[in-house]
Formats: sequence, structure tokens, C-alpha cells
Amino acid sequence: MFTEEVMPPPTPGRLPIDILRFNTCGSVDDGKSTLIGRLLYDSKSLLEDQLEALARSADLTGGGQINLANLTDGLRAEREQGITIDVAYRYFATPRRRFIIADTPGHLQYTRNMVTGASTANLSIVLVDARAGVIEQSRRHTAIAALLRIPHLVVAVNKMDLVDWSEARFLEIRAQFEEFLPRLGITDVKFIPISALQGDNVVDTSPHTPWYQGPTLLGHLESVHVASDWNLQGFRLPVQWVNRPNQPTDPALHDFRGVSGQIAGGIIRTGQPVIALPAGIATKVAQIWTYDGPVAEAFCPQSVTLVLADDVDVGRGSMLVGPTHLPGAGNDLRAEICWMHPRRLEPGRKYLLKHTTQTVQAVVTDLTGKLDLGTFELEPAPAKLALNDIGEVRLRTARPLVYDGYASNRLTGSFILIEPGTHATVAAGMLRPPAEAVRPEHGDYVI
Amino acid sequence: MTSYHLDHLQLLETEAIHVLREVAGEFERPALLFSGGKDSICLLRLAEKAFRPAELPFPLLNVDTGHHFPELNEFRDRRARHLGARLIVRTVADALARGVAQPAPGEVSRNRLQIPTLLAAIEEFRFDCCVGGARRDEEKSRAKERFFSFRDSFGQWDPKNQRPEIWNLYNARLNPGENMRVFPLSNWTEMDVWEYIRRERLEVPAIYFSHSRRCVRRGGQWLPANDLMPPRPGEEVRDLVVRVRTIGDIISTGCIESPAANVADIIAEIAAARVTERGSRADDRTSEAAMEDRKKAGYF
Repeated sequence: MFTEEVMPPPTPGRLPIDILRFNTCGSVDDGKSTLIGRLLYDSKSLLEDQLEALARSADLTGGGQINLANLTDGLRAEREQGITIDVAYRYFATPRRRFIIADTPGHLQYTRNMVTGASTANLSIVLVDARAGVIEQSRRHTAIAALLRIPHLVVAVNKMDLVDWSEARFLEIRAQFEEFLPRLGITDVKFIPISALQGDNVVDTSPHTPWYQGPTLLGHLESVHVASDWNLQGFRLPVQWVNRPNQPTDPALHDFRGVSGQIAGGIIRTGQPVIALPAGIATKVAQIWTYDGPVAEAFCPQSVTLVLADDVDVGRGSMLVGPTHLPGAGNDLRAEICWMHPRRLEPGRKYLLKHTTQTVQAVVTDLTGKLDLGTFELEPAPAKLALNDIGEVRLRTARPLVYDGYASNRLTGSFILIEPGTHATVAAGMLRPPAEAVRPEHGDYVI
Repeated sequence: MTSYHLDHLQLLETEAIHVLREVAGEFERPALLFSGGKDSICLLRLAEKAFRPAELPFPLLNVDTGHHFPELNEFRDRRARHLGARLIVRTVADALARGVAQPAPGEVSRNRLQIPTLLAAIEEFRFDCCVGGARRDEEKSRAKERFFSFRDSFGQWDPKNQRPEIWNLYNARLNPGENMRVFPLSNWTEMDVWEYIRRERLEVPAIYFSHSRRCVRRGGQWLPANDLMPPRPGEEVRDLVVRVRTIGDIISTGCIESPAANVADIIAEIAAARVTERGSRADDRTSEAAMEDRKKAGYF
């Protein structure tokens, strides 16, 4: 039999390294792809055959000059039109960290892709052309980063070479941002003057900006603290799958019944009480089962299988929670949604809503506001919500959801809307905090 | 400082397990594509971690081109047996005999012919989801791939019209005849795969390690000498100490000269490598959009 032990330690002889996920936002000509190409090139993450391919394509699209953007624009139409169509994921590593980049297009009609790329990011880089300064696109992108609660923001003021490395210009752009950042509730912001094309302050410190004392872009990406981005308060386990081995001859497995899922918040220990919601049945964790043997505790975002002390009726779509920091539950929800489909939102129409591991029918009962991403003003009671609009809505679901506000838990506070029939993903939603937590001391909860 | 820290492999692992369990929770008839290559070996271990002590909730499926390395098929069969998993093999030869696939005149490669063979197997077993070990870092058009990649009733991928994938909420809804390809290793790199193989002490086919082999110089790389495309006059043939970095068919898999005899050696070699993994695959070198075109047609 297995013995109780904590999770196996990382590979011996190496410092544990983690992953930073970031996305780059910017308008078509801000040089997003060039910046990513530069990060890969200067951190020596590009290999010979990629450089050869780059040199070959230079003659086709770059007029003989190597175009770093060709590294990320993977689809033929993109190379031909010189645009980025979809979210492209890129990977590189330094001795200190692994990086996952979501390169997200900045043109207006593809805002949905930016929301996609930003939804899993720890950090967002907003690129600004030093000549143009803050434009509406910069404000939109910053607002989306704020809406999606990306914990860290970098404003990379690019093309500094084209403004003669002017500190005054840099400070002017910084002031433009600082005017509206407080309204968006963004606190961790770093401003960095760069030239993606020439590589200044991307990986190596620029000789042209003696007035800038801060880190290079890569230096900042390597050192920003992301471990605390996961929620460790309030245990949440959305049940994905019930583990029942079909092994009638093996007495050890015959009665095994496990509840599998990825911990979406908090910490769980063997012996601790949990409540299965929405049924409201209390039980205890008898064992935390993993392939590598039982463990004494597990935490967000680990994937585990819990064996419960009582044979309670939980299945996919149920949520196990700890007895403190309880979530809310209800059918009547308020949320901000980003509309992602050319067919506009129609209040009163039925959609499918996927939240954690369950999909329920839902109706948008009220469209209460539409956010102007340029001015951050809320237009009350708009008539419609179209592609790339961000709105405030009320929803009613056919079954109650067990949820948290998105601000306190990204995993239990988010949902998508799916159009029945086409099954297109039409919206991404962020739930407002519940008015009150579930109250297990009520009579209908057996505890 | 908190001790609640996961390193990069643990983060990639928990993400992949979550994806695999979503497959089990959302689909009626999923299958896992298992070739015996290093990526699908990791995928199988992740499936064990996701579903044990129960049985794997899907069969394993392999499209055998008939040009596989024999070592790979032997490993594939043994691993499936060891896991007690059901292994379904469908062959290009059979698809050709039944007229499901048609070779172009003079076409020796079976690479393109895998596509109709796979689509026929999906139809035969009414699979609604195929889980594969593809990674986004392999190739530029793969970099635009989703975890849950929707294919229409012709098996086609439409890169301009992909479902947005937000947070970890995967839209698995399908209409009859439509199909999903799911890639739990999307965020893994070649280095992550080998580090995971080392951490999990996973067995891999011996051809990944250094061995002696007769090779023929063709298209700027060393290909294994074989009877399917024998050396032509003037082509250089040499006995070399080589290994393979990525495994395709025997006629298109480049061998690299390498003394790497174990997983630690391979990790050191990749860390110092000057070309990418796919740089040794002749099937990807046809054109800059070779992979994109095959994926649109239904390739996994």
C-alpha cells in the first residue's frame, strides 16, 4: 500500500521554476509581433532552421530585410496580409522562468481573441507607439486587462528610436496613462521605454536611455511575483468526473468511489469537513488520492481525486467547498460579459451557460449597461450588445449556480455563453460577487 | 513565503489532467491517439493520473501507415497491453484496399493518406473526440491551435473561425457528424516532454536513443536506409551512430548524429540544440504552410 506523503518534490538539483503567462496587446502597427520576435531572438530561443526560414521569407514580404513578425504570424493569410488573425501561442525559457506568450491581435474586429489570450494571463503588455502616444486602442486594451483582472500590467513605450529617445515624451505618455489607470483599479504597472525593432531595453539595457533606471522588459518578466495569483482562500472543487473502478474481483477497488477535479480555490487536508453544493450535504475527506499515492493535503490548482467519508450523491457539476469562505448560490446573476459573435445578444433568448463543470440553460433577462472602453463610461440600458461590446447584464439560469465573484476567484467566477444549435461560443462572462453566501446552518443543509 | 508552489511540470500536468477529465465528462465516445511516440507516451501517463484507479474511459487509436518504425509498433502494442487498454489499429493499406484513400500517381509517402484513414476510423467507431499529443511549439500553424479544436463534418479545421477559448472553460458541444480534437499537451515544449519522461521514469522506444544505423543522405538530412525508398545512384550511404528526435514514417524521419544514450543525455542535447525538433521532419519541409494545409484537410 501507499504511505501518506506530501507531493513529490521538484527534480533534485534544480531550483523550482514556474511559468509566467503573458499576452501582448497593441494596434496593428505597434510592433507586437516584432517585440515577440525580439524577445525570442535576443534570449536565444530561436534556432537555426527558424532563422533560415526567417531569412527565406524576408525576400517575399520584407523586401529583403528580415521581418521578426514572420516568426509569429503562422498562417498564410497573415503573412500575405501582414496582419495577425488569431491568438498565437509562443514558448520560451530562461534559466529563471518558463514563458507562455499569447500574441493577441489588436485590430478592432478581433477583440474577442484578445479576451481569449488575456483570460489566462498573469501579466499583460500594452504596447504604445511613442510617436502616437495613448490612442483609443491603448485605452481599450488597458480596460480589457483591468476587466479580466490581469494582476500585472506593463506599458511598453515602443519606437523610442523614432522620438530621439526623448525622456520628456516617455514621461508624457506615462502621465497620459496615469490619468486613467486609477479609475480602472490597476495598481501594479511598469512603464518601460523600448525599441522592439532594434532591441533596446527588451533583453539588454539600452545605451540610449541613461535616464531610465528600471529593468529591461525581460528582466521584469523574469522577476515579477506570480505565485500568489492563485486563490488559496476558500476551498473549491468543481466535480469533473466520478471515479468508480469496474473491478468486482478486486476488494480494494470494488468499493472505491472518488470525486475528481481540479482545485479551483483554497487548500484541502485529509479529515477536513467539506460540503457538497448545491445539495448542501456535509461530509469529510477520507483520502486525497493521487496516482503517486495518497497525500495529506492538496491546493489550488492541483488536480486530485477525493474519497469522501460518506457516500453522498455528487456528480459532474456539483461543487465541494470548505466550511469557511463559503460561495454564493442562485439562479439570478449579475455579470459583465464580452460579446464575441457577429450575431448580437438578444435579451430573452435562451443560451447555454458553462460555469466550472456544468452547463445549464440561461436567459439574459436585462441588458443594464454597455461599457465604452474609450471613455470607461457606462451607457445605461443600451438597445443591443454587438460583437466586441462589453455589457452589464442580469441572467437567470435554469438551475442554481454555486459561484464566487470573478474578482475573488477567476475560476469559479467566470462563465461562457454558447448559442444552442450552432454551439458557437458567443460570450465570456465575469460574475459579480453574490449578495450573500450560502448558509449551511439552514435546515436544508445537513451538517 | 508560502510552500504552496507548483513547478512548471506540475502546472502543465494539472492543466493536462483537467483537460483529459473534461473529455471524459463531456464526450460520449472519445478515443486517445497513441502512436508510441514520446508525446503520446506522456499523454498516456497523464491519462493514468487523471483516471486511475478506474479504467481509462476511452480506447487507444493508432493509424498505421505501414511505414512505421517496427520498434514503434512493438512498443505501442506492449504499452497498451500493460495498461489493459483497448487498442484499435487502422491501416492505410486497408484504407487503400477499400478505396477510402487514393494515392496520387507515384506517391510513396503515406503521410497524406493517414488523413482519410483517420477520418474513416472516426466514422466507423463514431468517435466524437480524438485526444492527441500535438504541441503548439512544434510548428507555426499549431501555435494557433486550441485545446479543444473543432472539426466540421468533413474533418476540416478552419483557423479563421475558431471558437474562442477563455479561462479553462472548454466548449465541447457538437452536432452529429462533427468532431473535436483535443490537445492536452498544447502548452508543453519538447524540453517539458523530456523532463516529464525523466521525472515519471517513463519508458520510450529505443530509437530515441543513440544506436548504429545505415543512413542515406537525402534532402539535406540523414534518413534511415529502407526498402521503400532505396538509395538512388549517387546518394551517399553511411553507417552512423544516430538517434531520432521526432518520429514520423521511416521514409521521412531524419536521424541526427548523437551519442545520447539516456534521457539525461537527451535533455542536455536539446538544451544545446541549434535546430528545432520539426527541422528533422521531411514532411514539414515541403513548404512554409505544409502543416497548415494538412490540418485544414483533417490531419491531427
